[in-house]
Amino acid sequence: MADKEMESKEEVPIAIELAKKQREISVASFFEKNRHLLGFDNPRKALLTSIKEAVDNSLDACEEAGTLPEINVEVIEMTENKFRVIVEDNGPGIVKKQIPNIFAKLLYGSKFFKLSQSRGQQGIGISASVLYAQLTTGKPARIISRIGKNYPAHYYELRINTQQNKPEIVKEEEVEWNKEHGTRVELDLEGSYQKGDQSIDQYLKQTAIVNPHVTIIYTNPKAEQIIFPKASEEMPKKPVEIKPHPYGVEIGVLLSMLKLTEARTLQSFLMNEFSRVGSGTAKQICENAAILPNTKPNDVSREMAEKLIEGIKKTKIIAPSVDCISPIGQELLEKGLKKEINAEFYCATTRPCAVYRGNPFVVEAGIAYGGQQNAEESVKVLRYANRVPLLYQQGACAIARSVLNTAWRNYGLSQSKGALPIGPATIVISINSVWVPFTSESKEAIAHYPEMIKEIKLALQECGRKLASYIGKKRRINFESKKRDYIQLFIPHVGEALKELLKLNDNDEKKVEESLAEILEKSRGKLEQVEAENLEYDEEFAKIGKDYGEEEEDGENERGEGNEENPE
Amino acid sequence: MGKMKEVKEMKKTQSNLVLKEINNTANDVYSSIRKKKAPELKMPLRALSNVKYDPKDGFFELLGKMKERTLTASTIKTFAQTLRMMAHAKNIVESDDITTKREMYYISKNWAEAAFKEQPESDTVMDDMEAMMMVNREQLGFIPEEKGGEVAGKLIVIDKEPDTGKDIRIDCTKFGSGAYSIPISVEHLKFETNAKFILAIETAGMFQRLLKHNYWKKADCILASMGGVPTRACRRFIRRLSDEKKLPVYVFTDGDMYGYANIYRTLKVGSGNAAHINEYFCVPQAKFLGVTPQDIIDYKLPTHPLKDVDIKRGKDALKNDPFIQHHKEWRQALEQMNKMKVRSEQQALAKWGLNYVIEKYLPEKLKNPKTWLP
Repeated sequence: MADKEMESKEEVPIAIELAKKQREISVASFFEKNRHLLGFDNPRKALLTSIKEAVDNSLDACEEAGTLPEINVEVIEMTENKFRVIVEDNGPGIVKKQIPNIFAKLLYGSKFFKLSQSRGQQGIGISASVLYAQLTTGKPARIISRIGKNYPAHYYELRINTQQNKPEIVKEEEVEWNKEHGTRVELDLEGSYQKGDQSIDQYLKQTAIVNPHVTIIYTNPKAEQIIFPKASEEMPKKPVEIKPHPYGVEIGVLLSMLKLTEARTLQSFLMNEFSRVGSGTAKQICENAAILPNTKPNDVSREMAEKLIEGIKKTKIIAPSVDCISPIGQELLEKGLKKEINAEFYCATTRPCAVYRGNPFVVEAGIAYGGQQNAEESVKVLRYANRVPLLYQQGACAIARSVLNTAWRNYGLSQSKGALPIGPATIVISINSVWVPFTSESKEAIAHYPEMIKEIKLALQECGRKLASYIGKKRRINFESKKRDYIQLFIPHVGEALKELLKLNDNDEKKVEESLAEILEKSRGKLEQVEAENLEYDEEFAKIGKDYGEEEEDGENERGEGNEENPE
Repeated sequence: MGKMKEVKEMKKTQSNLVLKEINNTANDVYSSIRKKKAPELKMPLRALSNVKYDPKDGFFELLGKMKERTLTASTIKTFAQTLRMMAHAKNIVESDDITTKREMYYISKNWAEAAFKEQPESDTVMDDMEAMMMVNREQLGFIPEEKGGEVAGKLIVIDKEPDTGKDIRIDCTKFGSGAYSIPISVEHLKFETNAKFILAIETAGMFQRLLKHNYWKKADCILASMGGVPTRACRRFIRRLSDEKKLPVYVFTDGDMYGYANIYRTLKVGSGNAAHINEYFCVPQAKFLGVTPQDIIDYKLPTHPLKDVDIKRGKDALKNDPFIQHHKEWRQALEQMNKMKVRSEQQALAKWGLNYVIEKYLPEKLKNPKTWLP
């Protein structure tokens, strides 16, 4: 691509020379050169990304089919830096014809063209993993898929033709498979397995936290099996597909929508192509834009489209329906936190639906405070986008930025300017949207949309207020209990003085002390218990992904931080 | 011997009254606790805001305001300390012993966490206790560290030997360049004198000057050095001497707010802090001789500018002191000084010669009651 921009010299014919080199670049070869854009920057991250892509796909497929997902993840260490990754689900399976395209053609997918909340978006992920495997080990991807009891299971060995971004079928056959329906992906790739905050273990655990309907059976390279059993038999509410909301629609998108629409008039275009627009609202928009409602959509010029956008901004339109979003929910978020962190206070909040660029989204936040968490360190931030944990590029993410820009001192945590707050707390933020705006295809950080930052901050502030009230209450109670200790300290002195003054016997002295304690207790009321007992906490569960390998720890940190510095 | 027995009897009755008072207070607390009610200790509020001044009675009298120390979390420490000190008082009264204020502070060190951190804390509890029982702290067996003041001149004090109770005659003319020290308790003293008046002097320096030149001989008087604000013993001594021998009392202090509103006022009508015992520890018949603000002008005395604290003290006295407020002459004097913005010391008279005070100032002032203040 850069070739096109090359300086031309005074003599003309060079352009002709150059033209010979100018040709279309396949997406596949573009990503072959720019694999960091997809999250394959280093062996450690590559291993995680391939698993993540496969698991995300499996979960989306199961949920779409209404099946409680049961996912098998296996990572086998072949040589020191070569791993075999197997991800197997009980989803609906894939029809034979589509298997090669889905796994071995980039930008092929079902999710790009619809507006509904799902984990995958562009149709890049799994094929990128296949491409990466192929590049690092030369081995084709091995797929088994079956769509039902009465259908055969198909086995494929696939490669990607990077020149043409087309699948190459290495082998294809029907096989025996013990699953009635589902899909199995097997990839051999270069990677590095390490534990810690950005590990596969951590990713799977965090996935389990916010997806309680999912069962994950994970076998790590040390052949240890960890099972994350489902905690709920209930599928999350199935998100409804929606049309874009007029608020935030951009001129380019609007123009292409105007070109492609089948509507005859501008009014019907607005009603048909957007959500939350009825005839009244459509007329109102046209009036505010000073364009006739019966204008043909094809006749709308760029200038008119600009006016139309102005008109939309001036018109009051109901917020998009929340149906298309399936947030984790306050209760579940809190429950997840309790399972992972042994704290003394938990709170969570789900914001009402908001819109950026015409896309509805819902922000959720939660805080776990106190308990065994370190009070001297920065708070831990857990990020989720459409129920997928985000482990990399925290520094570049709108979520982290919003945490930094929230005035935590108001809420009882200490914070120096422009830094994460310090305190024994874990903050969880989850963004749910029909289209999550990632900064890159590797889906690691969320882009800085002002609307989104505002909502995240509001969610954090809501939790912050609850936290502040807890911390305040705790302080008061501490003070109160200190006061009580103080009382207890001096009661014996009153007893002893009275004994001396009135020549009381020991028994009377004791009675005096008891009565005094009673009198003072009565006047001060019962001491409140604020620290919640956490019955959900699972020590074994919390440990997963935390036991850093001793010798690997340093390298892991270095790499992790290196990523933060170069977000794009 | 009969007399000695009488004294002992009197003392015993007094002790019994105090012990009864202690016992009543303790019993009240005890029965409250047994009834599961928060016990309280009641005492008069000891402050200028809780006294009134009636020149007919001649001293600061308590108004009805009471301070209640109910047992709560914030008062339990002082509550416990008060009871413990009361228990100690009971012991020393029973055994006819004494404890100085400082000793009391050290005794509290046995009470672990209930110990006093500083002496002012224990002094306050002591003051509270005497107010609570409306007795003098000496009756509780507590005595101050400070000296009671010094006396010289035409006076014979009749005291008793501590062990035998035999009378001792102390001739206050026979101390040479020294003086007789007023003891801490003066109730048992008797006096013989043919002096014409008592001159109460603020500073030891001026007292020394008058002593040196045998002023008491010349003026036929008794000299008393107060050494700042007069102690209770000093007040009581002057009061008894004045009452019994019908002697007028003239007061000679520095010409400043402290001399007027603190030293003289306390001697004459008592203090807000010890209002419950003022009746006995004041000298209502005292008159203020000088140095008045007018004296500063009339005698062209060297001055010092008033400091902020002096001005504030003057304003406070005008605003809050019932005694100053009652006497127009005093109000005018303080206002005059505030306007002059200067003060003068007793010894400033030395500017006109060391004997000026004896030969000129005091004789002139004594002759001219119009220059006094009430």
